Amino acid sequence: MAGKITRPRPNKDRLRRTMMFMNAQRPGLIKDAYIYGCDSIMLDLEDAVAVNQKDAARFSLYHALTTVDYGDTEVIVRINGTDTEYWREDVRVCVAGGADGIRIPKCESAAQVKEVEAAVEEAEREFGVEVGWTLLMAALESPLGIMNAYEICTASDRMLGCAISGGDFRTSMRVQIEPDGIEINTARSMMLLAARAAGVQCLDTMYPNLDDEEGFRREVDLIVRMGFDGKSLINPKQIAYVHERLAPTQKQIAHSEKIVRSCREQADAGVGVYVVDGKMVDPPFFREAERIIELAKKCGVYHGDL
Amino acid sequence: MINAVGRDIPDYLLVDGKEVYQGRFAKDGQVLKRDAPTCVMNEKPVADKLCESIREACERCGAHDGMTISFHHAFRNGDYTASMVCRVLVEEMGIKDLRVAATSLGDAHNLLADYIEQGIIVQVQASGVRGRIGDAISHGKLKEPAIIRSHGGRPRAMMAGELHIDIAFLAAASSDKVGNASGNGGKNNCGSMGYAMPDSRYADKVVVITDTLAPFPNVPASVKCEDVDCVVVVDEIGDPKRIGTKEARVTQDPRDLMMAERAADVIAATPWFVDGFSYQTGAGGPSLAVTRFLEERMDAKEIKMGVAFGGITGNMCDLQDRGYVRKIVDTQDFDTKAIAHLHDCPDHVEMTVSDYANPASKGAYVNYLDYMILAALEVDVNFNVNVITGSDGVVRGAPGGHPDTAAGSKCCIIVTPLVRGRMPTVCKEVTTVTTPGECIDVVVTDYGTAVNPARQDIIDCLDAAGIPHVSIEYLQEKAYSIVGEPDPLKWEDKVVAIVEARDGTILDVIRQIKPYTFE
Repeated sequence: MAGKITRPRPNKDRLRRTMMFMNAQRPGLIKDAYIYGCDSIMLDLEDAVAVNQKDAARFSLYHALTTVDYGDTEVIVRINGTDTEYWREDVRVCVAGGADGIRIPKCESAAQVKEVEAAVEEAEREFGVEVGWTLLMAALESPLGIMNAYEICTASDRMLGCAISGGDFRTSMRVQIEPDGIEINTARSMMLLAARAAGVQCLDTMYPNLDDEEGFRREVDLIVRMGFDGKSLINPKQIAYVHERLAPTQKQIAHSEKIVRSCREQADAGVGVYVVDGKMVDPPFFREAERIIELAKKCGVYHGDL
Repeated sequence: MINAVGRDIPDYLLVDGKEVYQGRFAKDGQVLKRDAPTCVMNEKPVADKLCESIREACERCGAHDGMTISFHHAFRNGDYTASMVCRVLVEEMGIKDLRVAATSLGDAHNLLADYIEQGIIVQVQASGVRGRIGDAISHGKLKEPAIIRSHGGRPRAMMAGELHIDIAFLAAASSDKVGNASGNGGKNNCGSMGYAMPDSRYADKVVVITDTLAPFPNVPASVKCEDVDCVVVVDEIGDPKRIGTKEARVTQDPRDLMMAERAADVIAATPWFVDGFSYQTGAGGPSLAVTRFLEERMDAKEIKMGVAFGGITGNMCDLQDRGYVRKIVDTQDFDTKAIAHLHDCPDHVEMTVSDYANPASKGAYVNYLDYMILAALEVDVNFNVNVITGSDGVVRGAPGGHPDTAAGSKCCIIVTPLVRGRMPTVCKEVTTVTTPGECIDVVVTDYGTAVNPARQDIIDCLDAAGIPHVSIEYLQEKAYSIVGEPDPLKWEDKVVAIVEARDGTILDVIRQIKPYTFE
């Protein structure tokens, strides 16, 4: 059934501050989910869809992918687990429809990633999609998944990153959600280390208590300080705060600009280490300053000329 | 003749000085002589004005065939009075050729639709028509075209003598025996009687209908005894719980919330958002939510709202109670909370709909309105708005104060989803123009915000604040790309309703709808 993919080429390193989940079976939700301005939308074929509705959801998904113009909003699909009978058909539909990426749920090993990758490649050949087009990401939902995070993140060139899935993880750890995140912070930290070591992105779990605005903000503040790239969301009203917190502040931008400019001057003059605003500056600072300016540009908060 | 919003108005309607719409301020400076009601000397003291029945009041007031009667719609869907009175006039007294000039008509008045179908009610004049009456009108059941006027256009028409009311039947929550009447103090309160008050001043005869007889004098009174001929006590005048379908609550729909926040951002980016600003919003989902987002922006700027006016909800009352709003000036109450609040709070006061919106007054409140948040059924690429005819061409809405507030306010913002079901809201040409595009400044949709190019000042403000905006044509094309371009509706020649601009000229006409057939 595949048509020609009209979406822009998937970009592994694009901005993914917000990844909004929605049931792939509900056309009213997915027909224009891009209007809310999240970076990625996550069309769910897994837990949101009842077992006897999996095929209906695939049809809805396929038609959405091939008829709705999502613009530069990334479209990722959460397929069913590799321990189910559904996931192979899910992969075929994702690839045929031209999804940007596939989220592998309950991922615990590199072998699982490779298994999905093989199915994706087969589907790409079947539907005439350029091999390598479809990205992958892993949802880590168990202690084993967290322990194997590095091998998972490095299992395929298609891997854009990993995300922790709090609900299942807490169940397997026999803990409840805590205000300060203590029950899950070790896993968050381990996953972050693995993702950074592998050079891929790292995304936090969704916050389930929709009406608890304060709790949501507290969790966003935490994961921003920890160094996450983004967060899964379940409602558009959660988007604005994440984008606000992940964007560099004007103070950070001004300081980074100063470093970038002075560094270029110093380099021309043959100087390595020097002082800006009373602080020593060397190449790592320079790289971080450049990253902040780049991020500010992507977040639409940079108005300078660098 | 083609008018200033491009509508072809049949020449046969342009008689007795009737003109086509020529622009929003075209009649500024026109001289009017106030029409006055016929009055009768009442030198000899009487004990009271109480009548045994509605029929007795009708007889005392000289009810006759062909007369024009009026009602107010403060009870909205919970109104019993209009139907009660019409039943007496028609069933008990056999009155024919009635002209009903209500401030608005809706689902509570299906009985009147029967009388229209039977040819007993021959004309309707109202700010809005919903329910079966709208169907009857659109299917050509009235002998004379209905006249749709805005809230401000109605008192103007009464002042100018174009609408002359023989008997006004005014439901009041409480009244004393001589007709000092109020929207509070009874067993069924409606709150503000803003719609009723101008009618009480301009009708030849005024009948107050209440279910709670209060001791004399029932003051403060909205309708005053000097204007009242008769008082009738009935069992129930209406059901306040059905004024709104439920207490207006702030929406949780993410789409509505997003649009509301965008509208609040527009407000915060424009120069009238300063301490003491004036503001009005409708009671619909996204409109009501705008107020919620304004709260944060008022906090950030450390300012307060000077005045909120128009139709009032409990949410606005909450906002006042929490210190964000200095005065509420109230033409109608949308829920029971607002009704009680009007009674209890000194900074929440009643105003007449003439004070509020009459363009022939010496300065209606709408002229001092900074921000107006409005909804729309359709907006076209010329920013013209339709709030009266549905996608099937049938009359089913109410301009209400829409044209008045849009014309008067400094910044009029329409908040609407880009498509509703299979229908595009932003379209090439609206079915019916109820508010001219020259009065509409900003259109906020879920797919983007468009600013009227005539408002370069607002465009500059949005640019300075980094608020993205698109052209209205972009929105229209986007809408058509999603749901397609609707086929044109099919009409008969017969004009079934005239949409009057607030200055009394003809803004548009609504024709009889042709039943749909497959081709």
